[in-house]
Amino acid sequence: MKLSEEQVNHIAKLARLGLTDKENKKFRKELSAILDFIEQLNKAKTEKVEPTAQVTGLENVIRQDKGQAKTKQEAEKLLKLTPETKDGYVKVKAVL
Amino acid sequence: MSLNKLTIKRAHQGLVKRRFSAVELTEAVLNQIKKQDRQIHAYLTLTEESALSQAKRVDKKIANREKIGLLAGIPVAIKDLILVEGVRCTAGSKILANYIAPYDATAIKRLRRAGAVIVGKTNLDEFGMGSSTENSAYGITKNPHDLERVPGGSSGGSAAALAADECIYALGTDTGGSIRQPASFCGIVGLKPTYGRVSRYGLIAFASSLDQIGLMAKTVEDARIVLEAIAGQDKMDSTSLNPPNQTTKGQFQIKGLKIGLPKEYFVKGLDSDVEKIVRAAAAQYEKMGAQVIEVSLPFSEYALPSYYIIQPAEASANLARYDGIKYGLSEPANQLLDVYLKTRQHGFGDEVRRRIMLGTYTLSAGYYEAYYLKAQKVRTLIREDFAKAFEKADVLMGPVAPTPAFKIGEKIDDPISMYLSDIYTVAVSLAGLPAVSLPCGQVGKLPVGLQIIGRHFEEEKILQIAQDYENVSA
Repeated sequence: MKLSEEQVNHIAKLARLGLTDKENKKFRKELSAILDFIEQLNKAKTEKVEPTAQVTGLENVIRQDKGQAKTKQEAEKLLKLTPETKDGYVKVKAVL
Repeated sequence: MSLNKLTIKRAHQGLVKRRFSAVELTEAVLNQIKKQDRQIHAYLTLTEESALSQAKRVDKKIANREKIGLLAGIPVAIKDLILVEGVRCTAGSKILANYIAPYDATAIKRLRRAGAVIVGKTNLDEFGMGSSTENSAYGITKNPHDLERVPGGSSGGSAAALAADECIYALGTDTGGSIRQPASFCGIVGLKPTYGRVSRYGLIAFASSLDQIGLMAKTVEDARIVLEAIAGQDKMDSTSLNPPNQTTKGQFQIKGLKIGLPKEYFVKGLDSDVEKIVRAAAAQYEKMGAQVIEVSLPFSEYALPSYYIIQPAEASANLARYDGIKYGLSEPANQLLDVYLKTRQHGFGDEVRRRIMLGTYTLSAGYYEAYYLKAQKVRTLIREDFAKAFEKADVLMGPVAPTPAFKIGEKIDDPISMYLSDIYTVAVSLAGLPAVSLPCGQVGKLPVGLQIIGRHFEEEKILQIAQDYENVSA
């Protein structure tokens, strides 16, 4: 599978990764090689096979749909980690 | 003997018999770090002050003649992917360069309750993505057995710290081999428990259906002590669980044990010296009364390709949280989208970006069925492979890695050759099985590990099997 320059730009955009032209070229080559490698899977016959997402047999582990209020100290600790806050809220840049 | 070279068991005996104090033991470890770590670079952060105060607390208990647990006062190193409250946690990434963990991981909470002395946080491949610890944003860790070689990865810092006697034991994490392979390269015992046996709460998420916290120790006996302390169901991780039935302790013996050697693990690509050493270990078990048989895991060749779909796909979703808004690096820009693009471009290293893009691609519209779903179906085939092999054998054994530790720089520019160093460990991860890496020989000065694989929740059994070998070879 050979990826094109446009495809790599598209993937990078979906992944919210900035990319220079030089990086595009490097990743294009490496990702194409990795895709060739993983496409070996096409040889495996899986028509009647169910997919596995969980390996120890757990199913539908549930809890009450209830939030847990953070204490003031906990909230402060988390807010301290944010790059920008205003009046105790996390500040986000303009979307448009 | 220097105190920092002691095992958990012997250090505990020394503490209880008051031959030395927990502070002296901790200082011995810290001194070794100061002496050695400039060369090895196993640690990213030292927590000297809190370590000494933890040690003092244990000494007070001993002075008051209170009973102390086996891990009380014993210095431990923690992979820098696991949160320790109040201590920087980088995940080996620039994007978390100034991130101070706001809470303890459950495994850390449990260690604290046991009186553990945390001496520092160890180097790793960024977010656990790598097999050599060369993908850290904070420099390369060196293999204590040969400074020109890698310690393995991604838990290379923990493995190197332990092999250099810069801690008494260590925690690591294993997604596709990240405990077992560095344990093999550094000549120590490594245990990846069954998926879910140890809570992942407070472990920075990489590939959630595979990630597992585990441990590294100097002896198998020590490994059992640490597992017991950190394992157990936790309400903060809905995938964590206790073994369904208490495993039968003490009823087990090597005599008559059926050991299966998967024939697919002894083919081209396996270093001939490593093969000799691993086969000799199996022969040793035979001498001890076990029966060695050949088994087949026919879908082995698909394990690595399937792993390199599932793991980057899950990683691409998990790492979407690094957006420059909630925490971590934030590159200034006028518009939100540019904050994302720049932060993630500059904050993540090459391997992380490679895997995020790979995962994004395989999960993108129109490709999901051909890649992710296909890989999950192959995952079923791989699980069934193991189930069938365990009908014939009580335990499986094979190499941990195809070669001993490789040279620094040897594989870093060729992602696929790096991925191939996990060829014998990823299938076990896809099946969620527990496995031990046990030192079983050397090629020159480079250690080689034997991988011992059990059924789900058979940690105690594979550790017992490992211990019987250790007893004979000691």
